[in-house]
Amino acid sequence: MFSIYLMLIFFLLTPLVSPLFKFFKEKANWVLAVFPALFFISMMMMIPTIQYGPKIISLQWVPSIGVNLDFVFDGLSILFALLVSGIGILIFIYAGSYLKNHPLISRFYVFLFIFMASMLGLVLSDNIILLFIFWEATSISSYLLIGFDHENPEARKAALKALLITGLGGLSLMAGLILLGSITGSYTISGMNPVTANSPLYGLTLFLILLGAFTKSAQFPFHFWLPGAMKAPTPVSAYLHSATMVKAGVFLLMRLNPILGGTADWHLWVTLAGTTTMLTGSVLTLGQKDMKGLLASTTIIALGILVTLIGLSTSLAAKAALVFLLVHSLYKGSLFLVVGIIDHETGTRDITKLHSLTWVLPFSAFSAVLAAFSMSGFPPLLGFISKELLYEAKIQAPSAGEIILITGFLANAVNVTVAALIAIKPFLGRKKKISHHIHEVPFSLWLAPFLMAVAGLLFGFFSDSLGRLIISPALAVIHAEPTVVKLKMWHGVNEVFLLSVITVLTGIIFYFLYPQFIRMAGKLSRLRRFSISTIYERFLTGFQKFSYRVTVFLQNGRLRYYLMSVLIAMILLVLLFIFPFSEIEWKLEITDIYFFDLALVVLILIAAALVLFTSSRLTAIVALGIIGYGVALIYALYGAPDLAITQLLIETLIVILFALVIFRLPNFRSFSGKLTRWRDAFIALASGAVVTILTLKAGSLQFHPNISGYFLEKSYREAYGKNVVNVILVDFRALDTLGEITVLTVAAIGVFALLKLKRKQK
Amino acid sequence: MYPLIFRITSRYLLPIFLLFSLIVLYQGHNAPGGGFIGGLLAATAFIMSALAYGGKTARKKLKFNPATLVMLGLLTAVFSGILSLLKGDPFLTGLWIHIHLPLIGELHLGTPLLFDLGIFLTVIGITLWISFGLLEENE
Amino acid sequence: METILSLLIGGLFAAGIYSILRRSIVKLVIGLIMLSQSVNLLILTAAGLTRGNPPLLPKEGFVTGQGYADPLPQALVLTAIVISFGVISFTLVLLYRAHQKLGTDDLDKMGESDQ
Repeated sequence: MFSIYLMLIFFLLTPLVSPLFKFFKEKANWVLAVFPALFFISMMMMIPTIQYGPKIISLQWVPSIGVNLDFVFDGLSILFALLVSGIGILIFIYAGSYLKNHPLISRFYVFLFIFMASMLGLVLSDNIILLFIFWEATSISSYLLIGFDHENPEARKAALKALLITGLGGLSLMAGLILLGSITGSYTISGMNPVTANSPLYGLTLFLILLGAFTKSAQFPFHFWLPGAMKAPTPVSAYLHSATMVKAGVFLLMRLNPILGGTADWHLWVTLAGTTTMLTGSVLTLGQKDMKGLLASTTIIALGILVTLIGLSTSLAAKAALVFLLVHSLYKGSLFLVVGIIDHETGTRDITKLHSLTWVLPFSAFSAVLAAFSMSGFPPLLGFISKELLYEAKIQAPSAGEIILITGFLANAVNVTVAALIAIKPFLGRKKKISHHIHEVPFSLWLAPFLMAVAGLLFGFFSDSLGRLIISPALAVIHAEPTVVKLKMWHGVNEVFLLSVITVLTGIIFYFLYPQFIRMAGKLSRLRRFSISTIYERFLTGFQKFSYRVTVFLQNGRLRYYLMSVLIAMILLVLLFIFPFSEIEWKLEITDIYFFDLALVVLILIAAALVLFTSSRLTAIVALGIIGYGVALIYALYGAPDLAITQLLIETLIVILFALVIFRLPNFRSFSGKLTRWRDAFIALASGAVVTILTLKAGSLQFHPNISGYFLEKSYREAYGKNVVNVILVDFRALDTLGEITVLTVAAIGVFALLKLKRKQK
Repeated sequence: MYPLIFRITSRYLLPIFLLFSLIVLYQGHNAPGGGFIGGLLAATAFIMSALAYGGKTARKKLKFNPATLVMLGLLTAVFSGILSLLKGDPFLTGLWIHIHLPLIGELHLGTPLLFDLGIFLTVIGITLWISFGLLEENE
Repeated sequence: METILSLLIGGLFAAGIYSILRRSIVKLVIGLIMLSQSVNLLILTAAGLTRGNPPLLPKEGFVTGQGYADPLPQALVLTAIVISFGVISFTLVLLYRAHQKLGTDDLDKMGESDQ
């Protein structure tokens, strides 16, 4: 319970970030890191309880539509919450130094706070609507963080790209979740029964939800937003775009696996997306020179691996996915932060230009090497276990195992290459060559990557308890069946181990061939015009041009053309939908017609015609008055005395006001030609006819005849009033009336302001 | 400018109209009438005298600034709704007291009547605010 | 009578629209007035008409089967009438002011003035 409040309080704390910076100045990052630390501790304390099954906490929010603050604490949510808050602590500390003296640093922390709270909410949600809200909040905070350097047009463009892609997926996800809710009849994940493939809407629901998950987790063909997201400050890339947010799609797939998973469709599409993404990521990686770019495309590979594993749906694959997820967050976060340090100190991220940095950045070098070992899967790090599991899961894959295995092999080899590139290339070299401007960074900068890398090592040593305490309960959630997870360092020399060895060797060969790759990439750069990113940009430009033209066409600044398009659309749509006119009763019996009423109607129509065609302003006012009083009489005849009186009084007032103003305006003039007038007359008559038909149609329909009956019945008994109209106004629907008099007040203020404006100018 | 007979009639009609508007307001719960109609009637009376004497004189006769009346009216309406909040009912729930009077019979007094009074004041204020503004513009 | 009133509603609506489609600002306000009359009548008619018999209860309170006129649309229309007063007076003053400032009563020329 405490942790939920803590998470919700994070949102409320955001306004305090700026004052905190004013108060603590350069130490503010340490103070701010206390909040994720508190959350981290509260999650740690929950670990023992989740061994006995999930714990659900529910706070009422909008119970009438099934939207409540339902949170679930189980292995999966705790694992993610620990990752988010744990890495959050380190990122909070790191970013303070990284962005030191940046004028907008407090804004950065506000965005980071919002992101962290939404991400925690996302992983802890049990309610799918709540999950969706947090999901969107992470997309928005990611947008704000990518575009943090808002004066750089590239950053803005990349931010928009990420927002559009993940936002598109978000919409699709919302539709999918609502479908899921209506199929299963529950909006809480814990209350859902599995949806079988026979359900008629299964295919559509699966498609929509997968689209949401794939866009968020940068699966092919939506992978292209992720490299762009590297425009964000490096701590953001480490935190959002490799360790946590991009894993939200993976998280969603894991969370919904017991409900939607296990079908042939699920296997096919999820595995296909994952494998294609792995392959795309591998191709994108080779030949890059930018270290951040290298890490971004290996993140795409990692996400592909994770999604493939979920698609395999075996217990072993799920286990491999969980361990790999943890490992990847640690080593990738660490490497990103090391790259951030290098960039911060040397001003470049070009892998071909960097060397000899070990002499000035020993801690970074150590962290990088350790993380790189984990990334390449060397014992005794956790990365080794994860890679062994990956291969094991892929060998045991139920179908298409060879393709997955080969792609996975390539992906892992590329990972080894990148690990070697980042851990060896910038750090190797003689001391003399190093520039004197580069210095060792402060403790707060090297601490975060160092701790993350060490964590990878420690988890390797304590893999047994890690498996028992966290991975095993999380696995139970994914596969909905309890499994004992044993994480072992040494499996003996088997085919998996041999595969690992070959992978590392291939990776090393790639490393030495890397200058060739760079040259090749330079030659192939023309192919970029066929990339999905380019297609996206073309589409976006085209769409903007199209909307510009539509806007210029529709928003031409002439009121009557707006009106005409609205009216013509209304006429056509109404006619289209009630075309046969069969249900309309044309009551025209003589007995039904009263002579007096008929005469009144004719009189009003004559007055209306007079208003239109007179050139005298006085005649127009008088005729308007006749219309108003005529309508008042109709009210009086048809049982509405209140209306009749009100109408009489209002009409009098309007005529007076009109008379006051109209003589200060010029005489009626005709601005338009004959043809225009005929056109307008035609449109006017057509819309009048449609309104007549609609009125008749409405008369033949009866919805809920009980409402008025209810008012009539309760009016005296409960509201002590015999004039039911008045009782409705001041009692039953008093809130509406309050709104109305407020609107009137606003109109009066408007009139007053307009009149006052002139007087002042005089 | 302002015809004499109009001025004299409006002088005597004004109090009669105001009294009448109050009656209409009070009986509105049981017969045609109520805050809107009463308010419009009262406003019409003032506008009549404004037409007879001019906007400035009529404004003086009103003694209130129309804007103050609007504010007062809105506050009365909101206050009548808040009363039920204090009791723990939703906003604007009607609360009633019933009094037995020896001659008149049973008298029901409730927050909806207070709400109607709020409408009455607001409508007078708004109508006069707009009309006086336009009248003064004309002078 | 519904048919005849529907024709009246259509007629007022058409007159209002025609008036609004003119370029003169005065005609715009006149059109707005007629349009709101038409819509108010529409609400009342669409809910079903009852000649006479206003929804005023007898002394004893509610008696069933009396065939009262429907009170709900009346309440809606009453609100609408008063609101239309606010809207019309605001439009009137706005256009009046616009005419004074821009020196034209042609809507098309007003549109060009801010470019």
